Amino acid sequence: MKTAFARRTLALLLRQFYLLRGSPTRIVPLFAWVAIDIVLWGFITRYLDQVSAARFNFVPAMLGAVLLWDFMARVMQGITTAFLEDVWSRNFLNLFASPLSVAEYLSGLVLSSIATSLIGLVVMVSLATLVFGLSFFVYGAMLAAFLLVLFLFGIALGIFGAALVLRFGPAAEWFIWPIPAFISPLACVFYPLATLPRWMQALARLIPASYVFEGMRGVLLGHRVATIPLAIGSVLSLAYLLLMARAFAGVYRHAVRTGLIARYSAESIT
Amino acid sequence: MQHWTRTLRPSMTEAGPSSHESAERAAPILAASRLCKQYGSTLAVDDVSFTVAPQEILGLLGPNGAGKTTTINMILGVLAPTSGSIAIDGCDLARRRRQALERTNFAAVYAPLPGNLTVVQNLRVFGMLYAVPSLRARIEEVLTEFDLLRFRNAKCGVLSSGEQTRVALAKAMLNHPRLLLLDEPTASLDPATAREIRASIRDLAARTGVGVLWTSHNMVEVAEVCHRVLFLSRGCILLEGDPRSLPGEHGHATLEDLFVAVAREPLTIRAQEEA
Repeated sequence: MKTAFARRTLALLLRQFYLLRGSPTRIVPLFAWVAIDIVLWGFITRYLDQVSAARFNFVPAMLGAVLLWDFMARVMQGITTAFLEDVWSRNFLNLFASPLSVAEYLSGLVLSSIATSLIGLVVMVSLATLVFGLSFFVYGAMLAAFLLVLFLFGIALGIFGAALVLRFGPAAEWFIWPIPAFISPLACVFYPLATLPRWMQALARLIPASYVFEGMRGVLLGHRVATIPLAIGSVLSLAYLLLMARAFAGVYRHAVRTGLIARYSAESIT
Repeated sequence: MQHWTRTLRPSMTEAGPSSHESAERAAPILAASRLCKQYGSTLAVDDVSFTVAPQEILGLLGPNGAGKTTTINMILGVLAPTSGSIAIDGCDLARRRRQALERTNFAAVYAPLPGNLTVVQNLRVFGMLYAVPSLRARIEEVLTEFDLLRFRNAKCGVLSSGEQTRVALAKAMLNHPRLLLLDEPTASLDPATAREIRASIRDLAARTGVGVLWTSHNMVEVAEVCHRVLFLSRGCILLEGDPRSLPGEHGHATLEDLFVAVAREPLTIRAQEEA
């Protein structure tokens, strides 16, 4: 049974590999936008370092923040893009009339996302280190924790986006793309949480990414590593991931109950 | 096409309406019991019960909107019945979905395989989804069986509709299903190809014992292929019987005439049945 689970999950990864292998239009977006972001913010931080009298180094603070934020967005888009491939090719009936379970389907999307987001991460890290001198040693061992929290939160956001499209139909695809931009003010990517008004601080504390960026700035300022806030961020990420997986399963059950899976292009069955 | 014609035709003669009669007494491959599907105030399927025996090809007939595709979608597990139960090869679909669907496969004109993958890529992905053992060899078998060898590296989206239908049928056979659901499988095929497909499905049912649920609006085809038919109208089973004798039993010359009567005057037919 475990073997069958693995085969079905790998089938979705293989499908994504086939699509990427034969399609430059799918490969280029995996790294093009994040590369442009790194180049843009690399020059901005270099300029800020030149004009600022502060002893603060903007490269690890801002360029590192952009890199981590883009990594999270890529993880999210890795999930949603793999899901949208099934929307675009009208493949739900074939998939869900097979023995594939929701858990296997989501696992396949996660595997696809790991593969595609790694490509983006490698390109970003290469550019940031080779061109703009960003050193990841400044973050120390906390880097792994930062990446883990953002990875889990990115997966949760991706599953949320997929659930939205499954529930509201193909046109809801446009809800997905602005999700990172929508939550970025609360993620405190570029500024400390204390900058926000109190009510926004309360909301920001619900966003796991805010703990990562607070932690990152703390490390750069030489503060003691804040493990408890980061642990809260990890627990929140995991909780959102489980919650979104449940939400997706609920939306799937609704789609099976209403017949939406079989008539997905209709967007609703009324 | 010629290749699988040659490979399948010799045993075609063994398949006939009588070849499944002993199998009828065996446990059914599909048992649908008191199926209902309600959308708001609309009853799309109303208390439908039927079985498909091993080796049997059961025709599910009816005018557009009669509830055929709704019934098929419920059997495929992509639409939950409002009430009733479905058992596939003894596995209750609601409780043992994975086991039930491992024994099932389908082909339908409205569910083509992704056009952006090649024939082999699609077969490999779906073969893995159905956990087909010795997948590489099985893919070669179905490619040969459905004369798809020369299209193996062609993207499905560039194939003609008839070729796409053959790819869908190849995918439907990949896992050696115990139950095969075919929703208008020959709708986009030329007459020669359609005839070969019908022959191959009959041969397959006779050889492997697969039970087939077949929908079609081509009554000549239904009379040629199906051992038994169910007429659905407004979500209910109106008539059931042998497609060769059923028209005569209801005062019609052909199955098509009977179909038209069912479509136009379902209440009259029902009254006759009840009488």
